[in-house]
Amino acid sequence: MIFALLGVASVSHYLVVGAILFSCGVVCMAVKRNALGVLMGIELVLNGANLNFVAFGSNYLAADGRSPLGLDGEVVALFVILLAAAEAAVALAITLNFYNNHATVDVDRADDLHG
Amino acid sequence: MNQASFGIPVSLFASVTIDWHGFFFLLFAAIACISALMVVLSDNVVRMALHLVLSLGATAGLFFLAGAEFLGAMQLMIYVGGTLVLLVFGVMLTAQTQLVSLRTPAGDRVIASILAAALLAVLVQAAFSIESWQKPGQGMVSAPTATPLGMALVGVRVDQHAEEGLLEPKGGYLLPFEIVSVHLLVVLIGAAYLARAKRRRVPRPVDLVASVDSVEPTFSGNSDTTVSGGSE
Amino acid sequence: MAEFLIETIGLPAWLAWTCVAGLSAVLILNVIAGGALIFIWAERKIAARIQDRLGPTRTGGRFGWLQSLADGIKLLAKEDLMPEGADALLFRLAPYVSFCASFCAFIALPFAFDTVGQRLNVGVFFVVAILGLEVFGVILAGYASASKWSLFGAMREAAQVVSYEVPLGMCVVVPVMLAGSMDLVTIGEKQAGWAMNWFIFHDPFTFIIFWVYCTCALASVNRAPFDLAEAESELVAGFHTEYSGLRWSFFFMAEYGSMFLVSALAAILFLGGWNGPVPVSKLLGLSDGVAVTDPFALRIVGCMNLFLKATAGVLLMMWIRWTLPRLRIDQVMTTCLKYCTPIAAAMFLGVMLWQLFLPGGLVAGSFRAAAGVREGWLEQSYRKQSAEEESLSVKTLSRHVFEVSR
Repeated sequence: MIFALLGVASVSHYLVVGAILFSCGVVCMAVKRNALGVLMGIELVLNGANLNFVAFGSNYLAADGRSPLGLDGEVVALFVILLAAAEAAVALAITLNFYNNHATVDVDRADDLHG
Repeated sequence: MNQASFGIPVSLFASVTIDWHGFFFLLFAAIACISALMVVLSDNVVRMALHLVLSLGATAGLFFLAGAEFLGAMQLMIYVGGTLVLLVFGVMLTAQTQLVSLRTPAGDRVIASILAAALLAVLVQAAFSIESWQKPGQGMVSAPTATPLGMALVGVRVDQHAEEGLLEPKGGYLLPFEIVSVHLLVVLIGAAYLARAKRRRVPRPVDLVASVDSVEPTFSGNSDTTVSGGSE
Repeated sequence: MAEFLIETIGLPAWLAWTCVAGLSAVLILNVIAGGALIFIWAERKIAARIQDRLGPTRTGGRFGWLQSLADGIKLLAKEDLMPEGADALLFRLAPYVSFCASFCAFIALPFAFDTVGQRLNVGVFFVVAILGLEVFGVILAGYASASKWSLFGAMREAAQVVSYEVPLGMCVVVPVMLAGSMDLVTIGEKQAGWAMNWFIFHDPFTFIIFWVYCTCALASVNRAPFDLAEAESELVAGFHTEYSGLRWSFFFMAEYGSMFLVSALAAILFLGGWNGPVPVSKLLGLSDGVAVTDPFALRIVGCMNLFLKATAGVLLMMWIRWTLPRLRIDQVMTTCLKYCTPIAAAMFLGVMLWQLFLPGGLVAGSFRAAAGVREGWLEQSYRKQSAEEESLSVKTLSRHVFEVSR
């Protein structure tokens, strides 16, 4: 019946989801003019990468019940989350500073060093 | 499976089995992908933040599904609860009008999406290129990973001990852990330094004064005046 | 439960599991909604008594006990207004975001030995994380209302909640360290026995940190004196200025839900959870106080214990609300960053040293039910979790289906 079609969830499927998140993030970074939008793109990219690490490190998804990456996948993902938080804090501080000086968050206006 | 003793409607469904893992995987994956797309497509920053929350939350669900409970909770707490609230906070601090939208020229969008489609194609092709990745998992529920993870961060790989019978403590992730913690401390100080209000030195554009001044005194500290008044 | 449905009634596995899931959800929902009804009535009565009034007396006969139901009917009948210029989608969505966050946190909260929606290995962490999401609904509401008052309220809320998550996390970590597990069920079981086993009496540092936790919990659920986000003397009504009718009541349900949640969390983390001060069942020989092989009645008693403690916590919050004046935003921040965080950090260090040099707490080991506190993590995390069989883990679900479909 209908629900029987659902028997999919392998490492590859997780990778595809990660790839979609990653691509969306890249577009977001490239297209958005709002500095905060660019930041959100970065978060999406990091998340797509994280999903890959988790999928590779998961014993549950591995075909033979033991993933090659083991605990390392989760540890790397953990560090990525931590560093993403740090990066967001600093980037936000820079954005606020930029806003204080230029009264805008348009990244195209950040051309003071342009000769 | 027993036959339906209740009779009529139950036996209709008796042949159905649901792969719950697949079901929830599809659900969360759909939410994550669609919200990620909406982040790209919407112009309003706050809506982008909302969709990002949905996307990251669904990713946390995927983490839970993959058996990484600790990481899922971490994602919810740090990413969704911390980072995104911070982002929205930034949006509010920098919003000039009610609904901020900086539009992008359509040409840029087209180029970016062509590039992204190419990237996506490569990644998807790579994802399906190795055969062992495509086999669905055996559904073996392993021991919870929170404890081994915590032990690994302080330098003891419990998981490897159990497997290889090692007695010597093997170097885990103590050094990266220390580096990250020092890094976070540096970031904390640096961000506070960067974002502090420098009202005296830097003259502001006149149009800003009204909107910023009403907000900033509440957040920029100034606690020296008011520490003991009401709280004692 | 699911086994009963499958084998006795003969439902197919997926339908049985769905029924169990739905039933658990309805139960949790009832705890929140019913709790909100009772607490709103209690709040009216307490406020009245503190202010030397009578409060509601007529609705429903004595004590006005139907007052909150009448309120609910009134709210249903109210016109659902939306300001012009509001962001319609976000405005409509915001109350449900808040409510969902409050609801989801209950999933991992155990009410008794094994009466828990989903026993999670990272239970404490999950609950605190989900609780932090509630702020998002408030921010959205404040932003989407297109009103300055709402926006100010939302910004205050965001600043406050993000700051208070730091000391709150530090306080929560202390019982985790003592129990050697992040599993709320394990933490509760470790405190079985006499009241001296409760973590609040473990050593002087935990006693102090319990009060820090109370302060931070109060702030993180936005109750007075930390209710800056809805300061009615300055901001009209803060983030819910523009809301009316049912949507507004969703905010209130979320608020009372999370009040109950942090109180229950305090009870589990510090006050022995579902264990009474006297191990009656152990004295009577009904159980050893720790194991999960208890009769049904013991679970009911456990639930009652937890509900009593959590309700006491909520009543304490109300008492505080009607006693203390509201703080200013800078005082709120000062309380968090200059007092709560350093105190919590120092106490954390103190508990750690205490565990190193005087393991076992003030009354060393004599009444302690679970031996080997510091070694607990190994024994606990790899123990076969029989309680998991009944709970609704996605993993258990799929494993079950795997077995059935073979």
